[in-house]
Amino acid sequence: MSTSITGRSAVDELPGPDGRSPLAGDRAGTGRLGDRLFGGAATASGLLVIALVTLVGVFLVAQAIPALQANQANFLTSREWATAGTSPRFGIVDLLWATVVTSVIAMAIAVPLGVAIALFITQYAPTWLSRPAAATIDLLAAVPSIVFGFWGLTIAGQYFEPVAGVIDAALGWIPFFAESEGGPSAKSTLAFAGVILAIMVLPIVTAISREVFAQVPTAHKEGALALGATQWEMIRTAVLPFGKPGVISAAMLGLGRALGETLAVTILLSALNDGAPFSSSIFNGGATFASKIALGIQEANTATSTGALIAAGLVLFVLTFVVNAIARVVIERRKAFSE
Amino acid sequence: MKTLRLGQLASIALVGSIALAGCGSDNNAGTGATAGSGSSGSAAAADCFDGTLNAEGSSAQKNAFEEAAASYTAACSGATVNYNPTGSGAGIKQMLAGQVDFAGSDSALKTEEKDGVVESDAAAQVCGSPAWNLPMVTGPIAIAYNVGGVDSLTLTPTVAADIFNGKITTWNDPKIAAVNSGVTLPATAIKVFFRSDESGTTENFTKYLAAASDGGWTAEPGKKWTGKGEGKEKSSGVAEGVKSTDGGITYVEWSYAKDNDLGVAKIDNGGGAVELTGETVGKAVEAAQPDGEGNDLRLKLDYATKEAGAYPILLVTYEIVCSKNKDAEKGKNIKSFLKHFASADVQKSLEDIGYAPLPASVQSKVETAIEALS
Repeated sequence: MSTSITGRSAVDELPGPDGRSPLAGDRAGTGRLGDRLFGGAATASGLLVIALVTLVGVFLVAQAIPALQANQANFLTSREWATAGTSPRFGIVDLLWATVVTSVIAMAIAVPLGVAIALFITQYAPTWLSRPAAATIDLLAAVPSIVFGFWGLTIAGQYFEPVAGVIDAALGWIPFFAESEGGPSAKSTLAFAGVILAIMVLPIVTAISREVFAQVPTAHKEGALALGATQWEMIRTAVLPFGKPGVISAAMLGLGRALGETLAVTILLSALNDGAPFSSSIFNGGATFASKIALGIQEANTATSTGALIAAGLVLFVLTFVVNAIARVVIERRKAFSE
Repeated sequence: MKTLRLGQLASIALVGSIALAGCGSDNNAGTGATAGSGSSGSAAAADCFDGTLNAEGSSAQKNAFEEAAASYTAACSGATVNYNPTGSGAGIKQMLAGQVDFAGSDSALKTEEKDGVVESDAAAQVCGSPAWNLPMVTGPIAIAYNVGGVDSLTLTPTVAADIFNGKITTWNDPKIAAVNSGVTLPATAIKVFFRSDESGTTENFTKYLAAASDGGWTAEPGKKWTGKGEGKEKSSGVAEGVKSTDGGITYVEWSYAKDNDLGVAKIDNGGGAVELTGETVGKAVEAAQPDGEGNDLRLKLDYATKEAGAYPILLVTYEIVCSKNKDAEKGKNIKSFLKHFASADVQKSLEDIGYAPLPASVQSKVETAIEALS
């Protein structure tokens, strides 16, 4: 059996003599204890994960339904959040906005930067530098999120003030980038929360992109160079197309983290007061799903207030699910072109 | 290769230690506050118990409780007293479920029905005897501000309500100037910070504004902030917000205002400006009307009090106990610890960590009630 550099060959794709894929094996076992134990343990682990996710979903739905039934406002479109008393009114529109905006900002910064770092490490850096550089990036992933939040609040935040001023001056005519008079200080805004999230997501994006770029077949690269491509042209024509599905899945993993990140965002973001007018600016405060739950859960002592928070958690769960599903679809479609 | 690895390891260790050193210097209220333990210990030592007491509830009294527990266990080595600061509602719930020996709460047990439960009746049922609310810790709430060049600021409840409502937006507003003659106020914008988490501090502060501001504060008092401003997480968050923002103002427990060196406004309810001190808070507690019967010492705070020298914005946390415990041994243990907690020495030591001691008249009533516990 011949294998190509990519680890897959046409032989692998063709069905074997008995009609099944050669890589699937014939599931034959010797019937020995070890065989059965290992097989059983592996199956149990697989089932456990599925059961866990299903149970989390069931739990969220079961806890959320009574609160949703008591809700006097439209859960999907209301901007209120008043869960006390007999006629609770709450909706998630503000939470959804803040969650999506912070995550999108984080991805807009982290994905290009992460890909650039990964390219540097795999394609440009000399070996003596690439290893420590990779280790340093990985180290970022080990820093607990509360440390990032605290660091952002006490140290990095003040330096974001002028940056926000520059963005406002240049792009302030677009409402999305406009700083509002009397708004929160720059370090308490969605924009800065997004920047901190970007730093937290960076190691995920970088590590996975690095792995994929490192696996680009040498034949592809050498082929491009042999045809007279410069280093950059080689990267553009050989490395990036090969790595695309990997980068997309890296971005989606990172997005999953950004959507669900709690502590750092809770510390940084300024909550809006009740009845504050809606602002589409990234230089505004707010609360994400996760930070809202973190803020409310301690004093949530009625079934409704807890249920409302759990309903918000359910939306986050669904959102993450959808994001992952989209990523799957995109990766599957890209695969066809890259091989 | 090997040296390279070592170098990497060393650099990682270096980065790690720098990062750790950077995070280690958070400010803590640990002001060597175990001062009262020696003298009070001897009094409590007479009826030490061996075993464990578990209490749960309001986070507002956490530091005070831990202070009292530390000095108690220093005198009684066989005793362990635990406090789990999960919030008042959670503490009462746990007590009703029989999970903890007594609860700490920033409001007395409710006597009217809420969510189908009358707390005081439910507690009486669990205890097999009436449950008592014993005021134990008084925590003043400071209106803390940070305005460049302003060292002394006086606020009346109406002006405070307008500030926290967003009606007054700059520091040199004529309404603020009117109650601060002789103080040069800058034109800085006012930045109000509020607690974005639900909190008893918010509830008590809005109760004060609603009661004292003559209709200036119309929203229903509650744990969730209903005014204007920018929300920050927990007391540390709002205190940090004010500290880093010129023109910032918030309501926060006294200890946080002290620890962050924030200005604390004097309050003028109509009887003259009152500075926040242990003494002025005690005076306000003294002026509170007893609201319960006999040894159930629930207090009705008079937020609008015009008494000279009484600081009106405060919260009182109660220890909620069964008057007759089903387990006599447990009752004796609770009695012993609370006696220590209510003693004048321990109460005095609380002032160092941002609480106010119970005034003598209330304290003696609490002691009488504790004597009657069994």
